[in-house]
Amino acid sequence: MSDTPVEARGLVKQYGRITAVDHVDLTVNRGDVYGFLGPNGAGKTTALRMMLGLIYPTAGSVRLFGRDPIGEGAAALDGVAGFVEAPRFYPYMSARTNMRMMAAYDGDEAPERVEEALETVELTGRADDKVGGYSHGMRQRLGIAAALLRRPNLLLLDEPATGLDPGGMRDMRTLIRRLADGGMTVLLSSHLLAEVEELCDRVAIIRAGRIVYEGAIHELKASAASAYRLRTSDNATALGVCQAQTGVAAARIEGADIRMEAGEPTIAELSVALIEAKLQITALVPEGATLEDLFFRLTEGSTPGEIEVPDRPAGVVGGTA
Amino acid sequence: MRPGVLTVYRWELRKLIALKRTYIGLFAAIGVPLAFTISLALRSGRPNDVPFGAYVHQSGLAIPLVLLTFASAFLLPLITALVAGDIVASEDQNGTLKTILTRSLQRGQVFFGKVLAALTYTLVSMVLLGGVAIIAGAMVSGFNSLTTLSGTTVSAGSALALVLASFGVYLIPLFTVALIGVMLSVVTRNSAAAVVGTLVTVLLIELIGILPGLESLQPYLLTRQFDAWQGLLRQPIDWSPIAHAAWVCALYCIPALVVGFLVFLRRDVAGG
Repeated sequence: MSDTPVEARGLVKQYGRITAVDHVDLTVNRGDVYGFLGPNGAGKTTALRMMLGLIYPTAGSVRLFGRDPIGEGAAALDGVAGFVEAPRFYPYMSARTNMRMMAAYDGDEAPERVEEALETVELTGRADDKVGGYSHGMRQRLGIAAALLRRPNLLLLDEPATGLDPGGMRDMRTLIRRLADGGMTVLLSSHLLAEVEELCDRVAIIRAGRIVYEGAIHELKASAASAYRLRTSDNATALGVCQAQTGVAAARIEGADIRMEAGEPTIAELSVALIEAKLQITALVPEGATLEDLFFRLTEGSTPGEIEVPDRPAGVVGGTA
Repeated sequence: MRPGVLTVYRWELRKLIALKRTYIGLFAAIGVPLAFTISLALRSGRPNDVPFGAYVHQSGLAIPLVLLTFASAFLLPLITALVAGDIVASEDQNGTLKTILTRSLQRGQVFFGKVLAALTYTLVSMVLLGGVAIIAGAMVSGFNSLTTLSGTTVSAGSALALVLASFGVYLIPLFTVALIGVMLSVVTRNSAAAVVGTLVTVLLIELIGILPGLESLQPYLLTRQFDAWQGLLRQPIDWSPIAHAAWVCALYCIPALVVGFLVFLRRDVAGG
């Protein structure tokens, strides 16, 4: 059995002429809190449905811990849990009865975990109410509780905080953080950059069915701010230091500042070099693209092929987690 | 314990018990024989044009048999379709199909658990209808001996056994209707379409039976098999219509089951 929680290769889903998911490659490693980021309608949910074996891919394959949810069906979902779109339950039964049913369908010791799971999402007090009367936020929490019954090693969550009020969003994120800290691998889809930035360490950005970036979020951040402005006590000397620093490009004086292009690690080294040159730094600030700008550039560009992601071509699987 | 078909079956029954619309059909299964028997008790008329209609005032045991003929046209297929047509489609519409298909059950287990639940509901409706008809009939017209279709008379005890057996034979085409309902439920993904579609299918088959020039098809029509139980009420018992009903119904229900199963296995669960 492979150790990799999720390996999707060349995943394609076509509906008639529309390609909802277009050759998606995605690798989630053990312990990742992995963000699957993209605007609404980009194909996140369709990809997640294929990963859970709910829909059949037109082409490509998925492996969850080395097993095939499409070919093997539910047998491949051992240790995997989650939901796509809003979690759905039987509205005419109580939350507890719904949970007992899910537990019966999970088998093994799941029925003994019903109360514990309800406790974790703080629904014990309302567990005898019919789900039909539940708010959206309560249903989202019940969705997590139902997933926890399976004691998953991998949790697939589709927009878990969407539609919640700010307090509910915060609680949901805290809960996911707690589960991830407990050692669970989480694949979380979202259209909110801030959510992914807060929770995830790795990210795949999807646009119009295609992955336009996959890798560590800090690398994306580093590549986002590729232009810097520097102000020192002696700009003329500083310019020389900048030009001598490998990795710095297009350094020139612009008014009272020096402007240059460089990656984050280079800037870190440069700052040391400036100090060693006895220069006093009054400002060294990233300028231009923020992470948000980059996200919009990635997801709203004219065609995915035209977007250049610094240092990391689209679809390439990162080596470090 | 690994979950299986029986786990699904048990929970499908629990869901049916929790659902209000389940009881609509059951009330009809109780109410129709009650109303029929009461109207017989109040009036001296009798439905002469159906088998055993002439004997409803002589033996209470004729009443359930008359009801079988009446109920086959619409009532029992409707009660059956109400649940069979809904059993998969309602999960599609509520988005709960994805919920149960991401647990530890294979799709085939879910499908057959649901099939068993739909058949059980049909059986329960039948037991209620038959039970009420027998008891109410006996109260109104007495637990008396019965004149068979061959003109002979059988004792009340033997007649009761024959009535129960008739209900059993009647279940063969009725279960077939249920399986067609489940198939339509899988294929249409829409409760109303599946329920109505099942009824329309039954009515269309009946229509074929009365079209001129298609008389030769009559023995192979599903609706014709609803009369197979009459073989039991002959002396000696004529088993040939019952055997015929069994294989004709198999021609309908096996393809329905296979199509329903394969579509359920292969389909995308995209809603909800």
